[in-house]
Amino acid sequence: MTETAFRRMNDLPSTHLLGGGTAMCAGCGGLQAIQEVYDVLGKNTVFVNAAGCMTLLSIYPFTPFRGSWLYTAMASAPAGAQGVRDALDILVEKGRIPPEENVQVVVLTGDGAAYGMGVSATSGAIDRNLDFLYICYDNEGYGNTGQQYSEATPHAARTATSSGPRGYPGYKKDLFSIWAAHRPAYVATVIGAEPLDLARKIETAARVRGPRLILALAPCPTGWDFEPRDTIEIGRLAVRTGVWPLKECVDGQVVHTKVRRPRLPVEEYLKRQGRFEHLFAPERKPEILDEIQARVDAYWQRVE
Amino acid sequence: MTRTLLTGNAAAAWGARLARAEYVPAFPITPQTEIIEKLGGWIDAGEMDGRMVTLESEHSMITAAGAAAAAGVRVFSATSSQGLLYGMEMIYTVAGWRAPFVLVNVSRGLATPLTLESDHNDVLAARDSGFLQIHCSTCQEVLDSVLIAYRLAEDARVRLPVIVNLDGFYLSFTREPVAIPDPETARRFLPPPDPERAHFRASRPISQAVAVLGGGPYSYFRYEIHRAAQNALSVYGEVADAFAAAFGRSHGLFESYRTDDAEIVFFMMGSFATKAKAAVDCLRADGWSAGLLRPRLLRPYPDAEIAAALAGTRGVAVVDQNLSIGKGGVLYTELASALAARRDASPVLVSFIGGLGGRDIGAEEFFEMAAVTRKAAQEGRAPEPRLLYTATELREMRKLQSIALRERHQIGEIPPARRASARPEREERP
Repeated sequence: MTETAFRRMNDLPSTHLLGGGTAMCAGCGGLQAIQEVYDVLGKNTVFVNAAGCMTLLSIYPFTPFRGSWLYTAMASAPAGAQGVRDALDILVEKGRIPPEENVQVVVLTGDGAAYGMGVSATSGAIDRNLDFLYICYDNEGYGNTGQQYSEATPHAARTATSSGPRGYPGYKKDLFSIWAAHRPAYVATVIGAEPLDLARKIETAARVRGPRLILALAPCPTGWDFEPRDTIEIGRLAVRTGVWPLKECVDGQVVHTKVRRPRLPVEEYLKRQGRFEHLFAPERKPEILDEIQARVDAYWQRVE
Repeated sequence: MTRTLLTGNAAAAWGARLARAEYVPAFPITPQTEIIEKLGGWIDAGEMDGRMVTLESEHSMITAAGAAAAAGVRVFSATSSQGLLYGMEMIYTVAGWRAPFVLVNVSRGLATPLTLESDHNDVLAARDSGFLQIHCSTCQEVLDSVLIAYRLAEDARVRLPVIVNLDGFYLSFTREPVAIPDPETARRFLPPPDPERAHFRASRPISQAVAVLGGGPYSYFRYEIHRAAQNALSVYGEVADAFAAAFGRSHGLFESYRTDDAEIVFFMMGSFATKAKAAVDCLRADGWSAGLLRPRLLRPYPDAEIAAALAGTRGVAVVDQNLSIGKGGVLYTELASALAARRDASPVLVSFIGGLGGRDIGAEEFFEMAAVTRKAAQEGRAPEPRLLYTATELREMRKLQSIALRERHQIGEIPPARRASARPEREERP
């Protein structure tokens, strides 16, 4: 393990590099993660964005970024990163810009792009060993359009398009494993509520070259139906109940970076969110709750 | 000057090589693939100083092309048909980035039905995107147009991507003698990209392609793209003059062939226009006053120049190798609008749809179109639009249909009672 600049919470930057006053919702867990990521990466970056909530960060003539930004489309941000990376390499190689003018290329997308429409472009970029960092803020649904279910939506969650008594019938896609199966330089899950873990992982990602992919669970007050003040608490519960394993993958080896023993029951996480209210009221649905718990237990049994 | 036998595809690749394209995002598709194979071969052999990356789709290919061009390198790419449509979201998007690069499209008919052969519906689908369009009819013109397109695209008054179009099979795989310009002259005609255009650098951050709120800013930026495209009309004239001075070949906004005193003019683009030229020569030999006007620059559309070139013409046979479903020929509609603004007597326009999916247009069909158009001009009234399609073709089609029906019948898919309208000769089911 290389030296980290982030040994304890006090080592984290006390002010944020990302400007305030953006159009994000109060308590946005995605924005929290991006702020923390940006503090570690710094301003010598170009963010290549796909359609999603964060597209509204840069609205003419404002941007919260100190570095550059390029909006592409929903499906092809990794391809935009390819074009920018290759162009910068060519410009440096030919001496048209000095090496110190070079910047890190960062893809920023939501789960809608990352889990679905953009999988092909991401797979291609990893396959081509593109030197880039991919940040996905995963709020488990098409949040920007009002939280319809996506391939990132967890089982039984109520969304705008799964509003029946049993919620979303599908299961959250394991994007971490899909990414990891491509054997990129680095893959990790993070959450804004665990900033030290996040900072160390971004620090690691920034040190290596090649494809580096970060999946950030993004508690979403409007989409998940909770009070904005609870974002951090819900994020912590996602980790402490084992619903959101914090892990990283280097050279095909998956390491869990924060293992909580004993884990809290998943109910502690679910009951705090309106999207799972139908599992508790008007009557409790033990079979669904048990299934969710069993799946989380089975995951950790495999790990431990 | 010595000339080399080149396919249209090879000519396009030579254009990119002589333009010193630095970056080639690629994706194979028939009938374009030869272009990227050629470029890849040169790059691998060290004969061309460029970088080629095969993306996983045309959508990604055009994204990468636009992003690299926005970052300030000289980009070349090529596609065709379904590929152009697959990337269409990005065709519109990167034009809005004002990212100047050249995309060669090798025209091929669109599904459905699926075909590999040529017509212009693919490239016309990009008509309103903000890409400029140059249409070629010979292999020489393909090479020259790629060089012209770069200078046009990169001009500070334009800064828009350009599509250079050639017809699949008819031009892409046809060898013609082509004068390959010498690299030094090409370099003088097309200097290296402006180093000031290197964006996304650390000390000069830029936000590209950000969202706007409301129709005001949106309209402003969209109209700016339109104005830049319109600027390209006069810039094109300068570029074409410079090209003629450097290489001795003139490529105007459009090609006028024996139109000066022509009463009847064929109006069509692409390689099939060379067939019209041959027909014009035959008609002239027969005493007809015929000519050809072949648009090269389709976007921006030179309304006034085309209208002026047709002044004095009595009838125009507009031959569209495309079909706007539910409306008709695109060239016809656009020409009608260009002429509508003129107060003087306009020629009678007769609309023909021909050459769809690589369907040939025969010499006798050109003579027939000339006769129909002359009659229309005399009567001052245009007939209904016509599809070029012969009785023989229809007969062949009926044969195919009867085979298809028989096949379905034999696997028992169509019960006999349901075939009342089809009525085969005899019942074959056991």
